[in-house]
Parts: sequence; structure tokens; C-alpha cells
Amino acid sequence: MTEPLAFPPKKDPQKRSTTPTRPPEARSRASLALSAAAAEGRFALQVCDECQTVQYPPRDACVSCIGTDLRWTDVSPKGHLLAETTVRTSTKLFFRERAPWRMGSVKLDVGPVVLCHIHGDCVRGGAVKLLNRLDKSGQGVLIATPLERSDHMEDDPQLRALSAHPKHRRILITDAWNPNTPALAQALLDAGAATVFVGEAESWRPHPNRDILAKMANVEVLPLDVTDTSSVQKLAGEIGGKTDILINNARFLRPGGVLSRGDTGFARDEMEVNYLGLMRLAQAFGPGMCARTADGVNSAAAWVNILSAYALSNTPDYGCFSASNAAAYSLSQSLRGEFRSSGLRVMNVFVGPTDDDWHAPLPPPKVLPQGLARSVVAGLIDGLEDVFCGDIAKDIRDRWQQNAKVLEREMTFGSDSA
Amino acid sequence: MSTLQSLATDIALGKVKIVDLTHTLDPDFPVIILPPEFGQCARFRMEEISAYDHRGPAWKWHNLTLSEHTGTHFDAPSHWISGRDVPNGSVDEISLDAFVGPVVVINCSEGAEKNDDFELTPEVIQKWEAEHGIIPAGAWVLMRTDWSKRSGAEYLNMREDGPHSPGPTPDGIKFLIDQRDIRGFGTETVGTDAGQGSHYVPPYPAHYFLHGAGKYGLQCLANLDQLPPTGAILLAAPLKIKNGTGSPLRVLAMIEN
Repeated sequence: MTEPLAFPPKKDPQKRSTTPTRPPEARSRASLALSAAAAEGRFALQVCDECQTVQYPPRDACVSCIGTDLRWTDVSPKGHLLAETTVRTSTKLFFRERAPWRMGSVKLDVGPVVLCHIHGDCVRGGAVKLLNRLDKSGQGVLIATPLERSDHMEDDPQLRALSAHPKHRRILITDAWNPNTPALAQALLDAGAATVFVGEAESWRPHPNRDILAKMANVEVLPLDVTDTSSVQKLAGEIGGKTDILINNARFLRPGGVLSRGDTGFARDEMEVNYLGLMRLAQAFGPGMCARTADGVNSAAAWVNILSAYALSNTPDYGCFSASNAAAYSLSQSLRGEFRSSGLRVMNVFVGPTDDDWHAPLPPPKVLPQGLARSVVAGLIDGLEDVFCGDIAKDIRDRWQQNAKVLEREMTFGSDSA
Repeated sequence: MSTLQSLATDIALGKVKIVDLTHTLDPDFPVIILPPEFGQCARFRMEEISAYDHRGPAWKWHNLTLSEHTGTHFDAPSHWISGRDVPNGSVDEISLDAFVGPVVVINCSEGAEKNDDFELTPEVIQKWEAEHGIIPAGAWVLMRTDWSKRSGAEYLNMREDGPHSPGPTPDGIKFLIDQRDIRGFGTETVGTDAGQGSHYVPPYPAHYFLHGAGKYGLQCLANLDQLPPTGAILLAAPLKIKNGTGSPLRVLAMIEN
């Protein structure tokens, strides 16, 4: 049984914070598809088009028939543990610092034997389920877990190293005004977060979330306006050293494309909040978080952006807003590159129309605050990079992955004049 | 000694005191809030260009973002639809004479303390005149409410039915324009109109009547409690913005000690 993760003691201020290290990043190009699947939490392996043999490790030609059409396919993650050992030291600093570390071999029901990380609750010969998770280098690795859920299984050190679990962590939600903020804060606290900081812009005017947030235990509302560099810098100065997860839900949204608006006023606000706001937050909070990714139980773990799924392909009814989200999405990719060496994960949560004033004229389905909160927490627990919340976001993803140009054509149909 | 020489001497000797009626331009200072589907007043923002660093080793400077109507500011006639056809109605066209002139201060602080929606009516004005004399033509009239001493949410005083702050009634502002031919009207609140000013007929009467008559507005003023009821001179020159409908500015008053 996994030992429950104890709440970390206060840091000894005389001790130097542990420097982040990471597991090996190098992979073949074929292997990167495993990381891509892990980014979405999928267990996928190559399957030969010719002879249906499931492959592992990833390769360029079929192990059975030398066919080269190896399609990445979601397969059953079940199998049984053949052999296991405990590594007590390593030449790799990352593992050396974390030893002992369980490794073993698993015979998958779909065929291959894989060498993988082993959860502490797995027993030799027992049935296991493999998870495909991103490690601190952002690469997909496999870990065997018990088939049935065991007590506190998420607290297993090896599994926790592959997640950004909110438990005992201090989390900043950047926008108190957003209708989804109370639900997000509650879901994070329910998942074990120690403190939820909430940034509040323009405290000189009232908003409905203020009273709700004020009544929540372990929620601290602090001044933060992502359009104001000095405000962002000030808050980072105060809590940047204890922000373990940052969830940027600040959003400015008005309907309309280019021609339905007569000016660039709202577009400027959209860029100020949705794009430059993200940049200001990253410049102020990013370096401190990157330095603290190995800082014990409540180390910095993830940077979360809530983005519109229309960042992938513009919807002209919300054309200017979509454009600002496309800019933010692109910036998040830059941040992934810039954060990569530290192990700080960037998780993008894509949503379709949300249940708020500005989407009121649209028919359902819409993303509700509780649904978004569930997706964010599940994504953190599973250590994901890309989360698609709700049917519309998933549909956009599927069509975008299938053929981005076809999707663009579908999104931009005209209407015939009478 | 010339007039200006004696003025300079009096300032140096402290016989004439300069009072600053301006709030600091600060990102957190409230601006007027309109329904969210309307265009909004830009908040004051300041971005560093360089600060004696790799972006400019020996100098520090900032880029600013703000509206014509952010912070302590001046309203020109062209700000309102009633003043759209007033000749020389934008800040760059207004005659310089308009920017320096006499000012009277009507103290409504007692009423505003008791009632957030305190109204400046012809009766209040005439009661003031009975004590301090008739308001001279061409004078700035400032409504003192001590509202500038409020901060945070208390300043806009926004509730579910909108903001609550003092201001003139339609009759009150018309009296000042038609009967007294004032130069302009100024307040300590976020606008020249009351917080609930949209519910008068016409809506926003101070804006509507002042600018329709080619008069000016000043708002977000401070330190009005340091001015005498009469006898001070106001210096209020907006930035020379082409076709500008208003401008943030430094408002100064000269008072005799």
C-alpha cells in the first residue's frame, strides 16, 4: 500500500533549493508519437497495417514482417508484471536523486513485452495497467500501475513525478472575475491543494464572485491585473516563490469578426488580456517557477492556459477573439520550449463556447464551470499537455487533426444573399 | 513692478499659494464604467521602454496608454453629441483664454456625506449665492463633495442599479449655464454628472447642457477643500490633441493666503 504523502514541513531557509534535473530527453522521431499520445493521456502503440502486430519500442519497420506502415493506435494497456527490480543508484542525476526506483518488464495482452517504471503497489506476476505519461523531460514513458485502484496510489513517488497533482500544492488562478473561478478553486481544494491564490483585477468595482471566494477556506484573493505589468510584477514578487501551479483563466471576449466591428478597440483588449497578459505572467512568474521544479513535495509543476478551441481554427462569429487565442496558443508553444529544460509543464485546456454572457445567443452544448474544473484537475493529475474539454472542443480537435484545411473551409462557409 | 512680477513675488513669498487639484495617474484609479457591450475607457497603463539597462543604458522612460477621459481630465464640447457642432469644440481648437480664469467652489460636502445621491439644485446654488455673492459670468464652478477622499470601491460606489455619487440636476446645471453663463463645471467624482445621471431627462444633463452650450467640464478633481468659495484662479489647460474630445491634465489653482 502506498504511504500517504505527508504535508511538507516549512522550508529551512538556510538550505539551498534543489536544482532541477531531468531524465534523458533524446528519442527517435518514431518515438515522439508516444509523447504526443501521452500529452493527451492516450495509451497508443504502433500497429502494423500489414500483419496487425503491435510494436514496442517504437520503430520504423515492423518487427514481424518489416512492413513500414506502422499506425499509432489506441490499444489495451493491460498486461501482467513479468519481472521487477529496484534501481538503487544511477549515473543519471535525476534518478540518482530519486533512488530507489522500481523498474520491470510487463507482458502486454496485445503482445509486446515492455520495460517500464513500476508503481510501488504492483506485485510480481500480478495484473497491471500501463499508463503512458509525460516525464520531466516532456517525453512519454510507461509506468505499470495496479489494475484496481489502491489506497493513495497517486502518492507513489514514481507516479507523482509523472504528474502535476494539485495535492499539497499552492495554486494561482489569475482572474477572480471569470465565472469559472469559484468552481476551479473548489475542485483544486477538493483535490488536495494547500492554498488557492486568486488574482483580482479592479477591486474598485464589485463582481459576483467576490463574496463566494471570500467565504472559501484556503482561498486568498490578491490584487492582479494581467493588463498591468506593474501589478503582475508586484504579485510575482510576493507569491512567485510559492506558486506551484499557475492557472491563467484571464480572458477578454466580445463577439464579432473584423468587419462587424468598426474599430480595433475590443481587439486590443483581447490581445492585452489573452496574449500579452499571458506574456506578462510568464515573464514575471516563469523564471521563479522554473527554478523550483525540484523543490520537494510542493515543487512547481505546471502552467495552465485556458484557451478557446477556436485557437486551432478561427470561427468568424468570434473572429477577433479566436485570433487572440491563436496568438496565445502559439505563445504557449514558445513557453513549452523555454520551460522544457526546467521540467515545468505547460498544459493547454481547450474549450468550446463557455456558459457565459457572451455566448448566450449560442445553442448548447456549452462548457460549464464545473466541467472545466473537472478537466483541469484531471489533466493536472494525469500530467497532460493538451486537454480538450467538452464535445465541441473534442470535435474541433478531431477535425483539425484529420485535415486542418477542410476544417477551415467548414468554419468559413458564406451565406447567399436574398 | 509689473502685474506678472508682483505675482511671481507673491508666489515666492507664499502670499499666493498654488494648490494641486489633480489625482496621480495610477493604474488602479477608477474610470467610468459603461455597459460591457459599449466601448470602454482605457485604464492608465505604463510600460517601461528602458530603465538604465540593456534596452537603453543611460535612460529610463515609459510608454503610456490611457483615454482622453482617464484620471483627472477635461471635457471639451465635442465630447457630447449636443456639442458636436459647437465651433472650436475640440481641445486643440479651444481659445487659450478658456484655460485660465476665476473659480468658485460650492461646498456640498455636508449633503454628500449624508446622501450618496446628493443633488446640486438651483436652490442649493442660490443659497450659496446668498452667502458668497452672485456667481460671476465666465467662472468655473466646482462642486465640492469631498468625494476625492474616497478610494477603492467607495469611489464609483457601484451597486446593482449603477453607481451612486452626487451631481447636478438638469435644472441645476441649466441655471448655471443660462442664468450665470459659467465657463465650465467641475466635480470630484468620475464624471460631471451624478452617478445615477442616466435617469434624468435628458440623461447625463451636465454633459448634455454644458457641452451643447460650448462649456467645459472637469472631473476627478481633488483638494477642493483647500480652495476658498470665491477668489481663486484656475489653470486648466488640456493637452493639444488633434480633434481631442478631452484630455488628462494637471489642474492648478492659485489662492491668496
